[in-house]
Amino acid sequence: MSTSTETPISSELNQESVDRFRFSDYFGPAVVFGFFIAVWYLLANVILPQQKRFLLPSPHSVLTEGFFVWHSGTRRGLYPILMSLWDSAKIALIGLLLTIIIGMSLAIFMSSRRWFERATWPYLVAIQSAPILALTPLIRALIDGSTKQRLLVVVLIAIFPIVSNTLFGLLSADKSQHELFTLHNTSRWTRLTKLQIPSALPNIFVGLRISAGLAVIGAVVGDFYFREGGVVGIGAQIDVYRARLWGPELITAIILASLLGLVVFLIFGWIAKKVIGKWHITTRGN
Amino acid sequence: METQPVTPDQSTKSTPALSFNSVSKTFPDGTRALDDISFSIEPGEFVTVVGPSGCGKSTLLRIASHLEECSSGHYTIDESSIGYVFQDATLMPWRTVQRNVELIAELHKIDKETRSRLVQDAISLVGLSGFEEKYPRQLSGGMKMRASLARSLVLKPKVFLFDEPFGALDEITRERLNDELLRLFQHEGFAGLFITHSISEAVYMSTRVMVMSARPGRITHTFEIPFAFPRTHDLRYEPEFARICGEISHALRGEQQ
Repeated sequence: MSTSTETPISSELNQESVDRFRFSDYFGPAVVFGFFIAVWYLLANVILPQQKRFLLPSPHSVLTEGFFVWHSGTRRGLYPILMSLWDSAKIALIGLLLTIIIGMSLAIFMSSRRWFERATWPYLVAIQSAPILALTPLIRALIDGSTKQRLLVVVLIAIFPIVSNTLFGLLSADKSQHELFTLHNTSRWTRLTKLQIPSALPNIFVGLRISAGLAVIGAVVGDFYFREGGVVGIGAQIDVYRARLWGPELITAIILASLLGLVVFLIFGWIAKKVIGKWHITTRGN
Repeated sequence: METQPVTPDQSTKSTPALSFNSVSKTFPDGTRALDDISFSIEPGEFVTVVGPSGCGKSTLLRIASHLEECSSGHYTIDESSIGYVFQDATLMPWRTVQRNVELIAELHKIDKETRSRLVQDAISLVGLSGFEEKYPRQLSGGMKMRASLARSLVLKPKVFLFDEPFGALDEITRERLNDELLRLFQHEGFAGLFITHSISEAVYMSTRVMVMSARPGRITHTFEIPFAFPRTHDLRYEPEFARICGEISHALRGEQQ
């Protein structure tokens, strides 16, 4: 046999994807961060007219009055902000879970029934672009309980990327791969689980990442419109700070809400790498 | 190799593994892809079809494997086990070589133990031992094709259909895989139907070469290839080999005018 002469051409690819510290990975974000802080100082102290500077406190006063104060009064300090953040995070995660279940089931059904895809697609697009603000009276009239109302907002805002990416992925398997399954008289279910879903995974994860970010936005938006009782989400908290002109608290809450989105995004990126990183490489022309 | 190689002339000439009886195929747009095709292949025969692009060679295979239906005529094929090797390797990128080779056995619900034994046999038969845990993206084109071959070999098919499997490979890899496939052919004694553009590949591999014309796709010439097995690489440089290649080339050119 003459196989020993033939070596895999890209065995080095393995090494390339191994995690290792690269200066450039951290240098870029650090520079952008520095630039961001500089612009912030400039806005807060130079560009904004004197009488409007209360709207945007300087970075250091956000740190000292927002982040470094643990608890003061009922709403001031990091502790109440973190509590509302946790409240919103729960809504975002449960909502995301619902979105994934509903969205993927929809996509699977759409991929197998052309008429269903045609029938539902326009409405999914419409949901994606519908202003949730306009729907709030309707949601309030139809559903009792702020938790359910907020979850519905999360699902409405986050569902489209999951459905569209999953559907696209499910339909992306090669014709000849399908024919291989046809040759062996495979059932619809086997074709779905052994061919379509695995080949859709890279797209599904793209959808998940986008939807995860949107779920956080959905939770914050939901807080704005649907709140009851004493426990409030971060969105409602932000609204209170805005109304009372508590600048440092407002900025702290906004930063933490954004960080929540970032963390969720990173978690899904990490899961994607664990699940499909071994066989899927995103190509970048270099 | 534990089993005695089966040479084509020793094989029993009983029922053909594949036979076409005036099979025709017209596509919905009116293209006559196949016109009155008749031939039969017995176990231990390796038949190659050469012809210009778009003459319906692939359609022939697709009909034989039930991927498409013929418009008229009838054909029989040994249903018990058909191997089909696609133009590209069609490996599943999320499966390792081992799991890719396993796929067809898995689809046929063969139990795990038997499956892993069959898979090991097939992998060593195509010379991929040691690469079981690699993913397709880590393999060269030739190795992907080997894995694809191994996948079809697992169920030990009696009829093997090849749709230009080596067309995308470089010359050296291609010739090496020709030798490997011939070795498998002798070892397994299946009936082979092979599609190619390359005349020398056709002559080197086959016991019989059929020349097809384009639109309508029709078998215009049939050449029996007399060389004995096992065939070695030197055969490619023999005058008789060149002469047969020339004849087939003439037949093809006649068709293309």
